[in-house]
Amino acid sequence: MIRSLQRFGHAGLSVCAKFGWAGLFLVSALVGRPNVVLGFKLLVKQLYSVGVFSLIIIVVSGLFIGMVLGLQGYSILVDFGAESALGTMVSLTLLRELGPVVAALLFAGRAGSALTAEIGLMKATEQLSSLEMMGVDPLRRIIAPRFWAGQISLPILAIIFSVVAIYGSYMVGVQWLGVSEGAFWGNMRAAVDFREDTLNGIIKSVVFGAVITWIAVYQGYVAEPTSEGIGRATTRTVVHSSLAILGLDFLLTAVMFGEV
Amino acid sequence: MTEQSDILIKIRDLSFFREARPIFDGVNLDIPRGKITGIMGPSGTGKTTLLRLIGGQLRPNTGTVEVDGRNIPTLSRDQLYHVRERMGMLFQSAALFTDIDVFENVAFPLREHTDLSDSMIHDLVLMKLEAVGLRGARRLMPHELSGGMARRVALARAIALDPDFIMYDEPFAGQDPIAMGILVKLIRLLNDALNMTSIIVSHDIDETLGVADYVYVIANNKVIGHGTPDAIRADESPRVKQFIRGLPDGLVPFHYPAEPLEDDFL
Repeated sequence: MIRSLQRFGHAGLSVCAKFGWAGLFLVSALVGRPNVVLGFKLLVKQLYSVGVFSLIIIVVSGLFIGMVLGLQGYSILVDFGAESALGTMVSLTLLRELGPVVAALLFAGRAGSALTAEIGLMKATEQLSSLEMMGVDPLRRIIAPRFWAGQISLPILAIIFSVVAIYGSYMVGVQWLGVSEGAFWGNMRAAVDFREDTLNGIIKSVVFGAVITWIAVYQGYVAEPTSEGIGRATTRTVVHSSLAILGLDFLLTAVMFGEV
Repeated sequence: MTEQSDILIKIRDLSFFREARPIFDGVNLDIPRGKITGIMGPSGTGKTTLLRLIGGQLRPNTGTVEVDGRNIPTLSRDQLYHVRERMGMLFQSAALFTDIDVFENVAFPLREHTDLSDSMIHDLVLMKLEAVGLRGARRLMPHELSGGMARRVALARAIALDPDFIMYDEPFAGQDPIAMGILVKLIRLLNDALNMTSIIVSHDIDETLGVADYVYVIANNKVIGHGTPDAIRADESPRVKQFIRGLPDGLVPFHYPAEPLEDDFL
């Protein structure tokens, strides 16, 4: 009994210590005198590899999810003669929940895992050590631009996801199943509130972006520098990020929409 | 010149533990300025750890590591990064940045630490690459280089800022005889031409004794012998003799510590 309590205490302390390390790690990477010109160049490069390379999976997934939503939404709503509410249903679902959450899950799988593997391999091949020995802080040079790139990319990707998905549901609902175009767009415009729905969705994806890239760069940096260690770190990034996204989504939804 | 200024790196009573396992226990070392010092010892004795202690990537449990009079473990993060600009290090894996070509790898420290114009950086990089014989390989990517070429590019990068001293971590490991010969020649040439101090950590006895001016042999957490290469070759102490002559068994045992044989089989 005492033993298991002791083990539980140890595990709790170790989790707290890890959170502390991860927090200090992020603060050391982000706080300090910025080198504006170099920092901007590095950021643009990372925006390209973190953001632009994630675009295809986001657009294709968005299109299919939108089409499925259109199809399922229509088949349910038509029973109540309410298929004209399809635009409202699809847009609110996407802007409030599916856009930020699914884009974040895809981003964790596509960009988060790549970030962890890249940084882990840089550690294994002594590139991080060689930066340190050249008098260049790897936290500022490698970690910071990747963090900001993830942070900026995800909200934009989530917006693109929602836009493409709405278009997908329009294709299925209006052009294929015959919902009135005017009702589809008109009801959507009447129901969607910018602050309540769109802005809250963007806030969610900002939070998810920070959490995913924080987990990804930290796991890469502390990865055991072996092939097995990097594999495990990459898996941890995807698992931890996905759980964090879903858990935080519930909390954020409760705060944002709980009173309604 | 006083005796003190002849010593660039002075290590005193250095102890370092990895968890509970001692790596160094009361090590004293002097690295003379302008010379090539070899640090030799069997694999796993912490030779690379010693370089990381000198570079401040690890902190000792006790003892001092003075580089040009400054005790590395007591420096602040900013001071340490500043001091490192005067150090060069050649990693065993070369550690080139894989997303940029040879030219940009060598230009990297210049772009980071100087405000030189592009044309000046161009000339300096080509001079460094010429010194290691790879001016013609400037547009190759790291994955297109052989192991020996990668190490020479890393060497050009390590000397880009004309450091006071350069640390070579197992420079001869895994190299073919020609590449090894080139590296031995380059280490001596660069040390003398650039008036640098060199530290070679290696277990390749012939190459290290051939190029070094002074040698330390490390085993069992301590310095077990030091002297000029000739003195080390002639050393009759059992540990040094076993290492230098490559005897499979001796004071450094062939068997990893284990229970008595009977306990396992009977």
